[in-house]
Amino acid sequence: MADTLLESQPDLMLDIDKSEQGDVRTEEMLVNMGPQHPATHGVLRVVLRTDGELVLEAVPHIGYLHRCAEKIGENLQPYQYIPYTDRMDYLAGMNNNQAFAIAIERLAGIEVPERAKYIRVIFAELNRIASHLVALGTYGLDMGAFTPFLYMFREREMILDLFESTCGARLTYSYINVGGVHDDFPDRFLDVLEEFLDYFEPKIEEYNQLLSYNHIFVKRTANVGVISPDDAVRWALTGPVLRGSGINWDLRKSTPYEIYDRFDFDIPIGLPGGSERIPRSVVVGDCWNRYFVRLVEMEQSCRIIRQAMKQIPEGKILANKLKNLKLPNDEVYVEIENPRGQLGFYIRGDGSAIPSRVKARGPSFCNISVLNHIGKGCLLADIPAIVGSIDIVMGECDR
Amino acid sequence: MEPSTLQVIAVLKQAFPDVDFAPAPLMHRGDATGGVEQIYLRVAADKLSAVTRFLHDDERCDYAQLCDLTCVDYLEFPKARNRFAVVYSLLSLTRNHRIWIKCFVNDPDPEVPSVTHIWKGAEWMEREVWDMFGVRFTGHPDPRRILTWEDFKAHPLRKDYPLRGRGEREDYPVLTRDSR
Repeated sequence: MADTLLESQPDLMLDIDKSEQGDVRTEEMLVNMGPQHPATHGVLRVVLRTDGELVLEAVPHIGYLHRCAEKIGENLQPYQYIPYTDRMDYLAGMNNNQAFAIAIERLAGIEVPERAKYIRVIFAELNRIASHLVALGTYGLDMGAFTPFLYMFREREMILDLFESTCGARLTYSYINVGGVHDDFPDRFLDVLEEFLDYFEPKIEEYNQLLSYNHIFVKRTANVGVISPDDAVRWALTGPVLRGSGINWDLRKSTPYEIYDRFDFDIPIGLPGGSERIPRSVVVGDCWNRYFVRLVEMEQSCRIIRQAMKQIPEGKILANKLKNLKLPNDEVYVEIENPRGQLGFYIRGDGSAIPSRVKARGPSFCNISVLNHIGKGCLLADIPAIVGSIDIVMGECDR
Repeated sequence: MEPSTLQVIAVLKQAFPDVDFAPAPLMHRGDATGGVEQIYLRVAADKLSAVTRFLHDDERCDYAQLCDLTCVDYLEFPKARNRFAVVYSLLSLTRNHRIWIKCFVNDPDPEVPSVTHIWKGAEWMEREVWDMFGVRFTGHPDPRRILTWEDFKAHPLRKDYPLRGRGEREDYPVLTRDSR
């Protein structure tokens, strides 16, 4: 739709008979959206060049939340840096802790105890659900649906309670540490977790009925902000944005880190419309597909958690010999599947306890870079729909 | 080295007989914790465009995605011969294979050719490296700073950029209870 609108624009202008229509101005206007705007999900600023309702250019400006996270990492020991990773993608703190911890473990050759690996997977997947609940809920809110937002935050609250019962924090956990995790589950935790999963899984169908197939929601999101599979790969998009374009790529399957090869789960990808469950108007790679991939991913995360709960062994939760950790004069690049996409850490050690280079490859950073490409030619009201469907967290975009 | 990596190196050597890629693992010590082998190739700045284009286009390589583009400052490594390494992390989705490319550049005017015409996603990554390290990417369509502001002159991730003392706003008037 985007391209056709743009191409047909000169014709539209020719068709307007000014004497009958009165003064229909087609003067270009610059609209500054953000950095303080509820639909930009943080401090993203988008400069829109508009012609009436038509967006000719949508240039994102970032950096408002830049805190030199990489420079900080190059001046702290890995343990000290763990809390800073929380603050990158603050909606998925566990996954960020995990990525940095795995990178340091691989670099320093630390073997993580089995039980800690399972605890990490359970919490990483729970955090994925919590993060997707925020993404979907606020997306509904952007599209004018208030109720699903409240429902989803209710369920997210239960996940945060589970986190709180184990590590004491609700948002910035610093729980997954180099060599393992810093606390074991409290008593009866797995029972409570199972109760939660039994409660949560039927809720996904409820979200479907409330939001996914809602006529207005589909009208706002289907065929909007279409990213072709080729473009998705070329623009370094990852995570649900890549999978929404129909590309079956998930690091948990393609290069399983930790113990993801022990679980049976599917990778949801975006599908064209016309089937029984999917609205007929949907093409691959539009906003609705990206939304729906996240929704189905929550089901799969529940599946992984259930399997991990069955397999989890007893034992230690933290590796030995972690004191006076020295990083060898080597480098490592570790990528894991964050709720938003591939979160990579590139670490260069120099023989001392402090890494010489810490690079965080944030998925939001790469994903939002495509905005101008797909935003061209769409309507002004579609910009919040596109930004919301990409699901960015500025903390990790700006680092 | 794994067969898939060896195959890529063989194909590259065939296409660029005069380039010494010097393939080496990122981690020399070997990997005790079960990670996948990570091999990097050295490519000089004048050959970078041709090699990356080949790695992207050739069916036997097919590195369709540029996962990451970053830079390392070797100022604090006494034995290092070069100041900066621009590191490209390439991923082939069809072959599920990764390869890294290091392009070493030096002061006073570190410059590498841009790869934005091959991988669109490189646009912001190259802007970030320019902003943070001051490495210029020739042929970049939009070579502005990205995380800091336009008037900012320094490149903060260089190792000679101090943690404190530069760019701090020390000239604010200080208000005390008495001065009101």
